[in-house]
Parts: sequence; structure tokens; C-alpha cells
Amino acid sequence: MSRNATRGFSYEEDLLFERSRPGRCGVDLPRNDVPALDARALLGELARSELPGLPELSEIDVVRHFTRLSTWNAAVDLGLYPLGSCTMKYNPKLNERVARLAGFAAAHPLSPAEETQGLLALFWQLERCLAEISGMDRVTLQPAAGAQGELAGIMMIRAYHARRGERRTKVLVPDSAHGTNPASAALNGYQVVSVPSGDDGILHPDAVAAVMSEDVAGLMITNPNTLGIFETHLAEICEIVHAKGGLVYGDGANLNALVGVARPGDLGIDVLHFNLHKTFSTPHGGGGPGAGPVGVKAALAPHLPLPVVERAADGSHYWNHDLPHSIGRLHGNHGNVGMLVRAYAYIRALGPDGLERATELAVLNANYLLARLRGAYHVPFAKPVLHECVVTDRSLAETGVTTLDVAKRLIDHGYHPPTVYFPLIVSGALMIEPTESESKEGLDRFADALLEIADEAHKDPELVRGAPHHTRRRRLDETRAARKPVLRWQPGS
Amino acid sequence: MLAAIGAPSLGALFESIPARFRLSRALELPAAASEYEILSELGELAARNENAEARAWFLGAGVHHHYVPSAVDALVSRAEFYTSYTPYQPEISQGTLQAIFEWQTMMCGLTGLEVSNASLYDGASASAEAVLMALRISKRRKVAVSAALHPHYRTVLETYLGALDFELVTLPRGDDGRTQLRALDAETACVLVQQPNFVGCIEDLRALASAAHAHGALLVTSVAEALSLALLAAPGECGADIVCGEAQSFGVPMGFGGPHLGFLASRMAHVRQMPGRLVGETVDADGQRGYVLTLSTREQHIRRERATSNICTNQGLCLMMATIFLALHGKQGLRALAQRNFEKAEYAKARLREAGLTLPFAAPSFNEFAVRLRAPAHEVLAAARAQGIVAGFDLAKFAPELGDALLVCVTETAAKAAIDRLVAVLAGARA
Repeated sequence: MSRNATRGFSYEEDLLFERSRPGRCGVDLPRNDVPALDARALLGELARSELPGLPELSEIDVVRHFTRLSTWNAAVDLGLYPLGSCTMKYNPKLNERVARLAGFAAAHPLSPAEETQGLLALFWQLERCLAEISGMDRVTLQPAAGAQGELAGIMMIRAYHARRGERRTKVLVPDSAHGTNPASAALNGYQVVSVPSGDDGILHPDAVAAVMSEDVAGLMITNPNTLGIFETHLAEICEIVHAKGGLVYGDGANLNALVGVARPGDLGIDVLHFNLHKTFSTPHGGGGPGAGPVGVKAALAPHLPLPVVERAADGSHYWNHDLPHSIGRLHGNHGNVGMLVRAYAYIRALGPDGLERATELAVLNANYLLARLRGAYHVPFAKPVLHECVVTDRSLAETGVTTLDVAKRLIDHGYHPPTVYFPLIVSGALMIEPTESESKEGLDRFADALLEIADEAHKDPELVRGAPHHTRRRRLDETRAARKPVLRWQPGS
Repeated sequence: MLAAIGAPSLGALFESIPARFRLSRALELPAAASEYEILSELGELAARNENAEARAWFLGAGVHHHYVPSAVDALVSRAEFYTSYTPYQPEISQGTLQAIFEWQTMMCGLTGLEVSNASLYDGASASAEAVLMALRISKRRKVAVSAALHPHYRTVLETYLGALDFELVTLPRGDDGRTQLRALDAETACVLVQQPNFVGCIEDLRALASAAHAHGALLVTSVAEALSLALLAAPGECGADIVCGEAQSFGVPMGFGGPHLGFLASRMAHVRQMPGRLVGETVDADGQRGYVLTLSTREQHIRRERATSNICTNQGLCLMMATIFLALHGKQGLRALAQRNFEKAEYAKARLREAGLTLPFAAPSFNEFAVRLRAPAHEVLAAARAQGIVAGFDLAKFAPELGDALLVCVTETAAKAAIDRLVAVLAGARA
């Protein structure tokens, strides 16, 4: 078989630099209508003589290169992508179209407000929608991703305490939290105190009370938590934190379980970030761009990042830079605006009823999968789940097959694996979030695949442990990559 | 499905939410709209924004209007790229991983450094992350920041450093427009300069690097106009230890300021202090070459509160746009594009001087420069807008000592005729 294709129209593809041939170029510039200059003579030592590292390719070389690379990826448009806590729902095509309208895509962030009223109106309307959905009073759209939203939220909590003359030193984070939570708290100079979850998978008031003090700035909590379980004691926990002057930060990664059903702001949350790339259907882009707006209660509004959009009495909109207690600016411009346009189109397309229905179906789908998998896979907690469920490899212990093997074998069945080995409090976790986008047939096929793998684990464990068998690359040696890092191509390598 | 679950109704699935917290009303949001209605509504909102496709465009100041070849959007519109996520499962993410590896390689060449990460949010946060990295490496507490740094980069840096015990000192801008070195001492962790700086002047990085290094400090160079890297001396070769910035110019639309693409490159000696994702080469079980996310023990999902950054999701698809843009242009095309920007801007400068206007800074520039006006800047900008020209950025707040002055950015998109019209408006305005 030739090296070109592994199976029929399934292409191997060299690096750009290996495809490069001297003299090729994939663009043409317009005719030069100004005098040519010798930049190197004019700039002297300030100019460079060589441009290493760039390939030389024709347009079709480049198009084939990236088209071929694209065929090496799993994607939501190819099939179910049940990555827990990432909410890999369908990304509507309309959203891609509206985000590319020249009035959005070719607008400049430093154009004056009076020349960009359409965008400011969109910002204002999206803010009002997100505030209503979450039960918050104000929303900043500036953070570029959930983690930057967390950073902004914790900064606002810090600013709130500082304004009251308090210098608190600790932030409480449950042991089931995403790694971004403690990292964001640490970037704010806080000492992170881990709070253990109970045996039933949720946080208990006594565990919070035991570590809550007037040194604690606040608690960061994900609800439903990373097991997909609603934190039923949240209201009481919020009261404990508030009683000692602390604030409660809500990680909105799992908001897809609540939209239209319950509002974090009504539960006692003071600050909440949204992941527009999760709950509000903006595409994940192979790792971003996302968007991480942050909603706050009125008490925190003076600390919002600069600038904030306001609506004037005449219905026009303007940037308010006059917020003396603001945490400052977090982004060079106005955030990941293209994602804001897409999320707004999604909210407009679904409306209040559609958003609630999406939540119901997301929860239905997760519960249905859990019901189908129970027995073949160990279910670590008895509590009911919302939009995602966690099962483990404990039921396969005698076979020697682990969660990693199950995940890799799912690939042979044509599925992107769930999130694995997270949350850290569950050994061998498979965290499955089907989202509302999947039909019953699609869920059944996925459940059948997982059941078949459990069966294979018992009958032919080596088959599972050697997976994936049908991908163009088999398991990759990550230890080797980390031990002797090769992080760029070099000639002769 | 409910029967399989053993639930009597959809509502029963939400019983874990205490009844008093369940929303008893519909959300107060606009009713659902059809695709056609949404396209019309958003089309109307879009029409109310001035944009570079409909005007002669000379406004830059950190966000640049460049032509994006058709193949870029066609390729990033492949759903396999834009509807996938972070390549956690390398066997089914080799497309994204290989492209990131190619990006890292090209950015090493452009910056003159040995390792580049897989993007940060934008130039401003990349600059803040670079300073945090320099503070970790040097274990010192003073940061010397050029007064000619983009003002938004400066404020984002202040926001990021706000909680931490560090001292910011400002290096003044000299009469020639370049950063002046003062106030460096044994406590200085790093010197942060922008290249070309905010007023368009090309800094002498070699001199800055040797002065910083003489005090044991690192030189952090922030590049807001990445295309300049194709014409100017590679910062890494001039002695910069960390090069960061904004790569929007490589095929990413201005988009009202985002999503764009922060980048950060450094030397291998400092790789374990880098923020953000890194992709490395390895082999699979059959010995075939492949790529994986690597050195992840720096990152929040492993290291939690001791991570080098809290970043998780970055700007993957923007990185893909930039990688495709760089591949299309290649060695010759990128050089020619940068050269063209330089020539266009030099033409504009020459015409403005001929028209009797003053260019206040003697230091050379790339595609952006300051010009002093003879009338109030807001009036000149309004007069230009009336002629369909977005003439530049009003420097009143950033450099009040210049009086009425604009920062003018001239890229390959500006035809000679448009430049001539710009010159006529700027020169014609008199108080």
C-alpha cells in the first residue's frame, strides 16, 4: 500500500515544512501603487535578513494540507461527543453566518460608540438575557473564556472586601471542582482551602462551616457539581458563607442543567460565570475561542471590569468608563465578540420555551444513558443526576480493563470518549454529558457501544486494552513527549 | 425513555432541586424567532456599525485591518476544526495537534525563540502572562514597563498583578518616540516594551536587552502588530527572553476586538514556567510519528492552585486561521506583505510631510505612526468620516503633550488614492 493513504481516501499528511518547495507562494498581493523602497537599507539593523520557519507552498498545497488534517479530527458534526462538563452541543450554522456579517466582523473596537450602536445594542440585549437567565443583576461580557471569567469574578470578590477595608486570605474550593477554580483563586493571591465532598457526592453544610471564618473571602462552587448532582444544601451553604461576610462564586460550567428551570442568583450565588461555548452553543473551535461572561449581584456591580455598556434615556447605548471601584480591564478590547453574537442568535432562536425545553432534554438524555449503563458500569453515587452522569470502571476491575481502555475502545466504535478520570474524587471516572442535541436512537447506539465494550472487557480484555485499533494513529507515547520535548520542527529532524 | 429511567415525568427528573428554588414562571426573554427573522434582526444591528469593508480604513492601535485570503475562512469552516474541542484524545485529534505544532514552529521562526505555546486570549493578557512568567523565573518583584506600551495592555497588566505583591515602574518615552531606560536595579524582574511601540516607533531591542540583562532582568517584548515580525529583526535574536503579543493580523478578522489570538514564545530553559498549552512530537504504539498535548504538569487541571496559569480554553480556531494564513503567505508572501505595509505607510508619511504636517517622532516606524494636526482631532476625525474615511486613533489621552495628534495605520488594504484623500483631509483641516 502506498504511503499516501492508509485506507482508500484516508490520507497521511506531512508537515507544512516537509511539503515546502522553494519559490512557491499561496497568495498574491495587489499591484503596488506607491514607490518601492529598500526597507533593509532604510531600517538597517532594525530589519531582519531572513525569515526562517515559514514554508513555501501553493494555495492548493495549503488547502489540501489542512483539509486532510481536518479529517483526522473527531467533531460534533461527525457524531456524539459526550465530553462531560464541556457541553458539546450542536453549533447552529446560522450563528456562523451572522457572526461573519461585515458590520460585526469588520468593526473596530476603538470606533466611537455613536458609530457602533448596533454592537452596543447587541451587548446590552445579551447582558439583559444572561441576567434574566441567571438571576443576576449585571453581566460583563469581557472575559474571553470561563477561566478568565473566574479570574474576573474572584477579583471582584477581592475588590468588594477591600472596599470594606477587609483583607481576607482564603478561598474555599470543593475537592470536586475544576482545576481552574483553585488556579484562579491563587492568581488572586488567595490561599486555597479544599473542602471535602460528602460520601453522597455533594457538599455538606458542616464541612463548609468547619472551615468558614472571617479570613475566608468566599466559596467557589459548581452547581450541579462535576458529578452532575444538584447541590441540595447550597442555600444553607450560602447562608453559612454569607453569615461570616463571605461571598459565593458560582462556576457556570454546568449551567446547561438549569436554564429556565432554576436560577443561580435565586440560590444565593453572588457571582457566576457563563461558558457561552458550553451552554449557549458557540463552537468549541478545537480549544477555543470561548467566552466567559460574568454575572454579579448589585452589591458587586461597582467592581465590574471596564468599560460597561449602559443604555441612555433616549434608547442609545454608550460605554461607561466611570467606575472608580472597577477591577480594571481584563481584555485588550471587548472580549470574544464573535462568540457573543453567536450566543445571542442562539438565545433568540430558542426563546424562553426552547431554552427550558433544551434543559429538560439534556437532563432526560443523561438520565436515560445512566439507566442504560447501570449494571455494566459502576455508578458511584445514588443521588439523581441532572445533565451529566459519572460511571466508573470498578465493575471491570477483575478484567484488568481500565477507564482509559474503555475510552480508547469507544474510539473504535466511532465515539469521542467522555471526560475521563475527572472529577478527581471518583476513581476511574467516566463523566458523560450527551447534551440535548442527541436523539434516542443516537443515545441507544452509544449505550450499546459502551455495553459491548464492557462485554468485551470480560471476554477479550486484550482487545480493549490495545484500543484504538482503527485510528490512523494508535495510542501515543505521552511519557516520551514530556521527557524529551520536541515542540517544533527543525530542518533535518 | 422516562420508563427506562423509572421517572413518571420530565419534571420528576428535577426533584433534586428544592421546590422553592425552581423557577415557577417562564424566563422573560424575547419569544423564539425563526432563522430568517434572526438574520434580519442581526443584519439590522450589523448595519449600524461602521466597518472596514465600507470605509477607507486607517485606524489600528492594536487591531489591524488586513486582507484575509479566501482559503482561510473556507478551511476553518471545516466542521472537523470548529466543532471539535481541546485535543485531549490525541488519536482522534491529530489534525488540530499537527496544526498547533506547525504554529509553534512558525512562531519560533518569527520571534527568534525556541518554544511557542498554543495561544493565549489576546495580546493584552499574553503580555500580563509574560510578566507573571518573568516574575516566576527571576523571583524578583519589580516590573519596568515602557510608557509606550498599548494603554489597554498596561491596564490589563495592572488588573492581573493587582492582587500580588509587585511594583510597577514606568520607563518614560523619549522625544524620538522610543522607550528610555531608567530605574533598573537588582530588584527588576523584567523590562516590558512593545515593538513597534504604541506610537508606532521601532524600539532598539538590542540596546534594551543588554541594559536589562546587565541588571539580571529579563526583556519581555510585546508585539501588537504581528506582521512587523516579518520585516523587523527577530526579537529573540536581539536578546528578548520572552516575546508575546497579538497575532490578529495573521488572518483573524478585527471583529470589534475579538476573538483574537495572544501568543507567547520563550527559550527552552524557561519552558516549564510557560503558561498555556504546548504540543509535542512523539510516536504511537506502532512507532508512527504523532502529536500530543505535553508538559501538562504546568497546567491547572494537574497542578491546580500551583499551575503556571489558570488558562484552559484558549483561542484554538484563531490559531488555526493564523496557521493557514502563514502557510498561504509563506516565506516570500509574508515578507512581501510586510514590505508593502512599510511602503504604504512611508508613502503616507512622505505625503503628510509634503503637506506641511509634523510627524513628531524621529524613530522609524513599520505601518503606523503619529501625526500632529492643525485642528482639534475630533473635528478632523469627523470631517474624515463625512468623506468615508476612518482616519486613525486620537492620541489626546495617551500623549496629551503632542497636542492634537492622530495615530495613523496604513496597511496593504489602503490604495494610493485613499491615502491621498486621507492626506488631503488631515492637511486641509485648520483651526
